[in-house]
Amino acid sequence: MPELNTSSLPDLIFSVLFFFMMVTSMREVTLKVQFTTPSGTEIEKLERKSLVSYIYIGSPTKEYRAQLGPASRIQLNDKFAEPTAIREFVKTERESMTSEKDKPFMKMSIKADVGTHMGIITDVKQELRKAQALNLVYSASLEKNAR
Amino acid sequence: MGKSNRKVPGLNASSTADISFILLIFFLITTSMDTDTGLTRRLPEWDPNAEEQEVKIKERNIMTVQVNKNNEIFVKNGVINRVIEVEELKDIAKEFIDNPDDNPLLPMKEEYDVPGFRVVITTMKHVISLQTDRDTNYEVYFKVQNELSKAYNELRDVWCRQVLGKSWKLCNDDERAFAKAMYPSKISEAEPKTYGTAQ
Repeated sequence: MPELNTSSLPDLIFSVLFFFMMVTSMREVTLKVQFTTPSGTEIEKLERKSLVSYIYIGSPTKEYRAQLGPASRIQLNDKFAEPTAIREFVKTERESMTSEKDKPFMKMSIKADVGTHMGIITDVKQELRKAQALNLVYSASLEKNAR
Repeated sequence: MGKSNRKVPGLNASSTADISFILLIFFLITTSMDTDTGLTRRLPEWDPNAEEQEVKIKERNIMTVQVNKNNEIFVKNGVINRVIEVEELKDIAKEFIDNPDDNPLLPMKEEYDVPGFRVVITTMKHVISLQTDRDTNYEVYFKVQNELSKAYNELRDVWCRQVLGKSWKLCNDDERAFAKAMYPSKISEAEPKTYGTAQ
Protein backbone atom coordinates (compact mmCIF):
# COMPACT_ATOMS: atom_id res chain seq x y z
CA MET A 1 0.00 0.00 0.00
CA PRO A 2 1.43 3.38 -0.91
CA GLU A 3 2.02 5.73 1.95
CA LEU A 4 -0.26 8.76 2.22
CA ASN A 5 1.52 11.93 1.31
CA THR A 6 1.02 14.28 4.26
CA SER A 7 3.38 17.00 3.13
CA SER A 8 0.51 19.42 2.50
CA LEU A 9 -1.06 18.81 5.89
CA PRO A 10 0.74 21.73 7.61
CA ASP A 11 -0.43 24.09 4.87
CA LEU A 12 -3.98 22.93 5.23
CA ILE A 13 -3.96 23.37 8.96
CA PHE A 14 -2.28 26.71 8.61
CA SER A 15 -5.10 27.99 6.45
CA VAL A 16 -7.70 26.81 8.94
CA LEU A 17 -5.63 28.41 11.65
CA PHE A 18 -5.56 31.71 9.81
CA PHE A 19 -9.31 31.59 9.42
CA PHE A 20 -9.81 31.25 13.14
CA MET A 21 -7.24 33.91 13.84
CA MET A 22 -9.22 36.30 11.69
CA VAL A 23 -12.60 35.64 13.25
CA THR A 24 -11.35 35.65 16.82
CA SER A 25 -12.02 38.91 18.53
CA MET A 26 -9.69 39.24 21.44
CA ARG A 27 -11.29 42.45 22.61
CA GLU A 28 -13.13 41.04 25.58
CA VAL A 29 -13.79 43.56 28.28
CA THR A 30 -13.64 42.82 31.95
CA LEU A 31 -17.04 43.46 33.31
CA LYS A 32 -17.33 45.83 36.21
CA VAL A 33 -21.08 45.68 36.34
CA GLN A 34 -23.28 42.65 36.74
CA PHE A 35 -26.38 42.21 34.67
CA THR A 36 -28.95 39.70 33.57
CA THR A 37 -30.40 40.67 30.23
CA PRO A 38 -34.15 40.27 29.81
CA SER A 39 -35.60 37.45 27.75
CA GLY A 40 -38.01 37.80 24.90
CA THR A 41 -39.61 35.83 22.11
CA GLU A 42 -39.10 38.19 19.19
CA ILE A 43 -35.37 38.66 19.38
CA GLU A 44 -33.13 38.52 16.35
CA LYS A 45 -29.57 37.35 15.84
CA LEU A 46 -27.05 40.07 15.20
CA GLU A 47 -25.03 39.15 12.19
CA ARG A 48 -21.62 40.73 11.74
CA LYS A 49 -20.14 41.13 15.16
CA SER A 50 -17.73 43.76 13.92
CA LEU A 51 -20.60 46.22 13.58
CA VAL A 52 -21.71 45.93 17.17
CA SER A 53 -20.48 47.98 20.12
CA TYR A 54 -21.65 47.29 23.61
CA ILE A 55 -22.90 49.48 26.40
CA TYR A 56 -23.21 47.67 29.70
CA ILE A 57 -25.60 48.88 32.34
CA GLY A 58 -25.98 47.26 35.71
CA SER A 59 -25.13 47.26 39.35
CA PRO A 60 -21.37 47.50 40.09
CA THR A 61 -19.67 44.25 41.04
CA LYS A 62 -18.66 43.58 44.65
CA GLU A 63 -15.26 45.29 44.51
CA TYR A 64 -16.74 48.54 43.32
CA ARG A 65 -19.97 48.49 45.24
CA ALA A 66 -18.41 49.85 48.41
CA GLN A 67 -17.33 52.96 46.54
CA LEU A 68 -20.20 53.41 44.13
CA GLY A 69 -23.22 51.91 45.81
CA PRO A 70 -25.68 49.44 44.32
CA ALA A 71 -27.31 51.82 41.83
CA SER A 72 -27.00 50.96 38.15
CA ARG A 73 -24.00 52.35 36.33
CA ILE A 74 -22.88 52.50 32.73
CA GLN A 75 -19.74 50.74 31.63
CA LEU A 76 -18.06 51.63 28.37
CA ASN A 77 -15.05 49.56 27.35
CA ASP A 78 -13.21 48.92 30.60
CA LYS A 79 -14.42 51.70 32.82
CA PHE A 80 -17.45 53.26 34.41
CA ALA A 81 -18.82 56.22 32.55
CA GLU A 82 -21.42 58.91 32.72
CA PRO A 83 -24.05 59.18 29.97
CA THR A 84 -22.24 62.22 28.59
CA ALA A 85 -19.21 60.06 27.75
CA ILE A 86 -21.24 58.09 25.25
CA ARG A 87 -20.76 60.61 22.47
CA GLU A 88 -17.00 60.26 22.69
CA PHE A 89 -17.36 56.48 22.89
CA VAL A 90 -19.47 56.36 19.74
CA LYS A 91 -16.95 58.55 17.97
CA THR A 92 -14.01 56.31 18.78
CA GLU A 93 -15.97 53.18 17.96
CA ARG A 94 -16.96 54.66 14.63
CA GLU A 95 -13.41 55.64 13.85
CA SER A 96 -12.13 52.19 14.72
CA MET A 97 -14.33 50.63 12.06
CA THR A 98 -12.15 49.76 9.14
CA SER A 99 -14.69 49.81 6.37
CA GLU A 100 -16.12 53.20 5.49
CA LYS A 101 -19.14 51.52 3.93
CA ASP A 102 -20.10 49.84 7.19
CA LYS A 103 -20.17 52.96 9.31
CA PRO A 104 -23.86 53.76 8.84
CA PHE A 105 -24.70 50.21 9.92
CA MET A 106 -22.99 50.49 13.26
CA LYS A 107 -25.14 49.05 15.99
CA MET A 108 -25.09 49.87 19.66
CA SER A 109 -26.12 47.01 21.86
CA ILE A 110 -27.44 47.88 25.28
CA LYS A 111 -26.74 45.08 27.69
CA ALA A 112 -28.74 46.20 30.65
CA ASP A 113 -29.83 44.49 33.80
CA VAL A 114 -33.50 43.65 34.23
CA GLY A 115 -33.59 45.64 37.46
CA THR A 116 -32.40 48.87 35.85
CA HIS A 117 -34.68 51.88 35.86
CA MET A 118 -35.62 53.46 32.55
CA GLY A 119 -34.14 56.81 33.53
CA ILE A 120 -30.59 55.71 32.82
CA ILE A 121 -31.66 53.91 29.63
CA THR A 122 -33.41 56.98 28.27
CA ASP A 123 -30.36 59.08 29.10
CA VAL A 124 -28.25 56.66 27.08
CA LYS A 125 -30.71 56.72 24.23
CA GLN A 126 -30.75 60.51 24.13
CA GLU A 127 -26.96 60.57 23.99
CA LEU A 128 -26.94 57.98 21.22
CA ARG A 129 -29.32 60.11 19.23
CA LYS A 130 -27.07 63.12 19.70
CA ALA A 131 -24.13 61.00 18.56
CA GLN A 132 -25.99 59.91 15.44
CA ALA A 133 -25.79 56.27 16.45
CA LEU A 134 -29.36 55.36 15.72
CA ASN A 135 -29.27 51.60 15.37
CA LEU A 136 -30.04 50.28 18.79
CA VAL A 137 -30.29 46.77 20.12
CA TYR A 138 -31.77 45.81 23.43
CA SER A 139 -29.66 42.78 24.11
CA ALA A 140 -31.72 39.86 25.31
CA SER A 141 -31.82 36.11 25.40
CA LEU A 142 -34.40 33.89 23.81
CA GLU A 143 -37.29 32.93 26.02
CA LYS A 144 -37.47 29.18 26.08
CA ASN A 145 -41.12 28.51 26.79
CA ALA A 146 -43.17 29.69 23.86
CA ARG A 147 -46.62 30.83 24.81
CA MET B 1 37.05 20.02 2.00
CA GLY B 2 35.79 20.73 -1.44
CA LYS B 3 32.77 22.92 -1.91
CA SER B 4 31.05 20.33 -4.00
CA ASN B 5 30.29 17.90 -1.22
CA ARG B 6 28.79 20.45 1.21
CA LYS B 7 25.09 19.73 1.42
CA VAL B 8 22.38 21.75 3.08
CA PRO B 9 20.52 19.37 5.32
CA GLY B 10 16.78 19.35 4.78
CA LEU B 11 14.79 20.96 7.59
CA ASN B 12 12.71 18.45 9.42
CA ALA B 13 9.25 19.93 9.07
CA SER B 14 7.27 16.99 10.33
CA SER B 15 6.36 18.79 13.54
CA THR B 16 4.92 21.93 11.88
CA ALA B 17 1.62 20.15 11.57
CA ASP B 18 1.57 19.52 15.30
CA ILE B 19 2.57 23.06 16.14
CA SER B 20 -0.11 24.52 13.94
CA PHE B 21 -2.59 22.06 15.39
CA ILE B 22 -1.91 23.39 18.84
CA LEU B 23 -2.34 26.98 17.63
CA LEU B 24 -5.49 26.00 15.81
CA ILE B 25 -6.98 24.46 18.93
CA PHE B 26 -6.09 27.57 20.93
CA PHE B 27 -7.94 29.84 18.50
CA LEU B 28 -10.82 27.41 18.24
CA ILE B 29 -11.31 27.67 21.97
CA THR B 30 -10.91 31.43 22.26
CA THR B 31 -13.20 32.19 19.34
CA SER B 32 -16.63 33.10 20.53
CA MET B 33 -18.88 32.35 17.64
CA ASP B 34 -22.00 33.09 19.63
CA THR B 35 -23.55 36.24 18.33
CA ASP B 36 -25.44 38.70 20.41
CA THR B 37 -29.20 38.54 20.25
CA GLY B 38 -31.74 41.19 21.01
CA LEU B 39 -34.53 43.45 19.87
CA THR B 40 -33.43 45.95 17.26
CA ARG B 41 -34.87 49.41 17.18
CA ARG B 42 -34.10 52.56 15.25
CA LEU B 43 -33.88 55.77 17.21
CA PRO B 44 -35.30 58.95 15.71
CA GLU B 45 -32.89 61.53 14.39
CA TRP B 46 -31.77 64.14 16.86
CA ASP B 47 -33.00 67.50 15.78
CA PRO B 48 -32.82 70.19 18.45
CA ASN B 49 -35.04 72.52 16.43
CA ALA B 50 -37.85 70.03 16.06
CA GLU B 51 -38.41 69.71 19.77
CA GLU B 52 -41.15 72.31 19.91
CA GLN B 53 -43.23 71.53 16.89
CA GLU B 54 -45.88 68.96 17.66
CA VAL B 55 -46.84 66.63 14.90
CA LYS B 56 -50.57 66.56 14.44
CA ILE B 57 -51.88 63.03 14.40
CA LYS B 58 -55.53 62.16 14.13
CA GLU B 59 -56.86 60.76 17.34
CA ARG B 60 -58.00 57.50 15.78
CA ASN B 61 -54.50 56.85 14.49
CA ILE B 62 -52.78 56.95 17.82
CA MET B 63 -52.46 54.43 20.60
CA THR B 64 -50.65 55.38 23.76
CA VAL B 65 -48.98 52.81 25.92
CA GLN B 66 -47.86 54.24 29.22
CA VAL B 67 -45.80 52.35 31.72
CA ASN B 68 -45.73 54.21 35.01
CA LYS B 69 -43.27 54.00 37.85
CA ASN B 70 -45.27 51.20 39.49
CA ASN B 71 -44.85 49.26 36.24
CA GLU B 72 -48.55 49.35 35.45
CA ILE B 73 -49.33 49.39 31.76
CA PHE B 74 -52.00 51.80 30.66
CA VAL B 75 -53.31 51.60 27.11
CA LYS B 76 -55.48 54.14 25.37
CA ASN B 77 -56.82 54.06 21.85
CA GLY B 78 -60.22 54.50 20.22
CA VAL B 79 -61.74 51.41 21.78
CA ILE B 80 -59.78 50.77 24.94
CA ASN B 81 -58.77 52.97 27.84
CA ARG B 82 -57.60 51.04 30.85
CA VAL B 83 -54.78 49.33 32.73
CA ILE B 84 -53.84 46.03 31.15
CA GLU B 85 -51.62 43.06 31.80
CA VAL B 86 -48.61 42.72 29.53
CA GLU B 87 -50.01 39.50 28.03
CA GLU B 88 -53.04 41.37 26.70
CA LEU B 89 -50.97 43.94 24.86
CA LYS B 90 -50.20 41.85 21.79
CA ASP B 91 -53.82 41.29 20.83
CA ILE B 92 -54.78 44.88 21.54
CA ALA B 93 -51.88 46.07 19.39
CA LYS B 94 -52.75 43.66 16.59
CA GLU B 95 -56.34 44.84 16.51
CA PHE B 96 -55.16 48.44 16.52
CA ILE B 97 -52.55 48.00 13.78
CA ASP B 98 -54.67 45.86 11.50
CA ASN B 99 -58.13 47.32 12.18
CA PRO B 100 -59.71 44.23 10.57
CA ASP B 101 -63.32 45.45 10.81
CA ASP B 102 -62.57 48.94 9.53
CA ASN B 103 -63.69 50.41 12.82
CA PRO B 104 -63.96 54.22 12.58
CA LEU B 105 -62.38 54.50 16.03
CA LEU B 106 -59.25 52.61 14.97
CA PRO B 107 -56.58 53.74 12.45
CA MET B 108 -57.69 54.86 9.06
CA LYS B 109 -57.14 52.51 6.14
CA GLU B 110 -55.49 53.97 3.11
CA GLU B 111 -54.29 52.80 -0.24
CA TYR B 112 -50.54 52.66 -0.54
CA ASP B 113 -48.54 51.72 -3.60
CA VAL B 114 -45.82 49.40 -2.40
CA PRO B 115 -42.81 49.88 -4.69
CA GLY B 116 -42.28 46.78 -6.78
CA PHE B 117 -45.49 45.18 -5.60
CA ARG B 118 -49.03 46.50 -5.91
CA VAL B 119 -51.42 48.84 -4.20
CA VAL B 120 -52.34 47.58 -0.78
CA ILE B 121 -54.68 48.90 1.87
CA THR B 122 -52.81 49.65 5.05
CA THR B 123 -53.09 51.60 8.26
CA MET B 124 -49.71 53.13 7.63
CA LYS B 125 -50.49 56.34 9.48
CA HIS B 126 -50.96 54.64 12.81
CA VAL B 127 -48.62 55.47 15.66
CA ILE B 128 -47.98 53.57 18.84
CA SER B 129 -46.69 56.02 21.37
CA LEU B 130 -44.73 54.39 24.14
CA GLN B 131 -44.20 56.46 27.25
CA THR B 132 -42.23 55.50 30.29
CA ASP B 133 -41.34 57.06 33.58
CA ARG B 134 -37.77 57.41 34.77
CA ASP B 135 -38.53 54.84 37.46
CA THR B 136 -40.10 52.28 35.16
CA ASN B 137 -38.39 48.93 35.33
CA TYR B 138 -36.34 48.04 32.27
CA GLU B 139 -37.62 44.47 32.16
CA VAL B 140 -41.24 45.61 32.00
CA TYR B 141 -40.32 48.07 29.26
CA PHE B 142 -38.57 45.30 27.38
CA LYS B 143 -41.57 42.99 27.70
CA VAL B 144 -43.76 45.74 26.28
CA GLN B 145 -41.40 46.23 23.35
CA ASN B 146 -41.32 42.48 22.85
CA GLU B 147 -45.11 42.22 22.77
CA LEU B 148 -45.32 45.07 20.26
CA SER B 149 -42.74 43.35 18.05
CA LYS B 150 -44.70 40.16 18.37
CA ALA B 151 -47.87 41.91 17.24
CA TYR B 152 -46.11 43.20 14.12
CA ASN B 153 -44.40 39.89 13.41
CA GLU B 154 -47.58 37.89 13.69
CA LEU B 155 -49.48 40.28 11.44
CA ARG B 156 -46.71 40.14 8.85
CA ASP B 157 -46.57 36.37 9.05
CA VAL B 158 -50.33 36.03 8.53
CA TRP B 159 -50.16 38.46 5.62
CA CYS B 160 -47.30 36.51 4.01
CA ARG B 161 -49.25 33.28 4.34
CA GLN B 162 -52.44 34.73 2.90
CA VAL B 163 -51.01 36.85 0.12
CA LEU B 164 -47.73 35.18 -0.80
CA GLY B 165 -48.67 31.68 0.28
CA LYS B 166 -45.71 31.09 2.55
CA SER B 167 -44.62 31.92 6.04
CA TRP B 168 -42.43 34.91 6.95
CA LYS B 169 -39.52 32.58 7.57
CA LEU B 170 -39.55 31.34 3.98
CA CYS B 171 -39.90 34.79 2.42
CA ASN B 172 -36.94 36.43 0.75
CA ASP B 173 -35.79 39.97 1.47
CA ASP B 174 -38.05 41.56 -1.12
CA GLU B 175 -41.11 39.76 0.12
CA ARG B 176 -40.27 40.71 3.67
CA ALA B 177 -39.99 44.31 2.58
CA PHE B 178 -43.53 44.08 1.15
CA ALA B 179 -44.82 42.71 4.43
CA LYS B 180 -43.03 45.49 6.25
CA ALA B 181 -44.56 48.06 3.95
CA MET B 182 -47.93 46.52 4.68
CA TYR B 183 -47.37 46.69 8.43
CA PRO B 184 -44.70 49.31 9.03
CA SER B 185 -43.42 49.42 12.56
CA LYS B 186 -44.46 52.76 14.05
CA ILE B 187 -43.37 52.81 17.64
CA SER B 188 -42.68 56.31 18.80
CA GLU B 189 -41.10 56.99 22.12
CA ALA B 190 -41.85 60.24 23.77
CA GLU B 191 -39.18 62.19 25.56
CA PRO B 192 -38.77 60.86 29.07
CA LYS B 193 -40.82 62.50 31.72
CA THR B 194 -39.14 63.95 34.75
CA TYR B 195 -41.23 64.61 37.80
CA GLY B 196 -38.36 66.20 39.65
CA THR B 197 -36.82 62.84 40.46
CA ALA B 198 -33.63 62.92 42.48
CA GLN B 199 -30.75 62.41 40.12
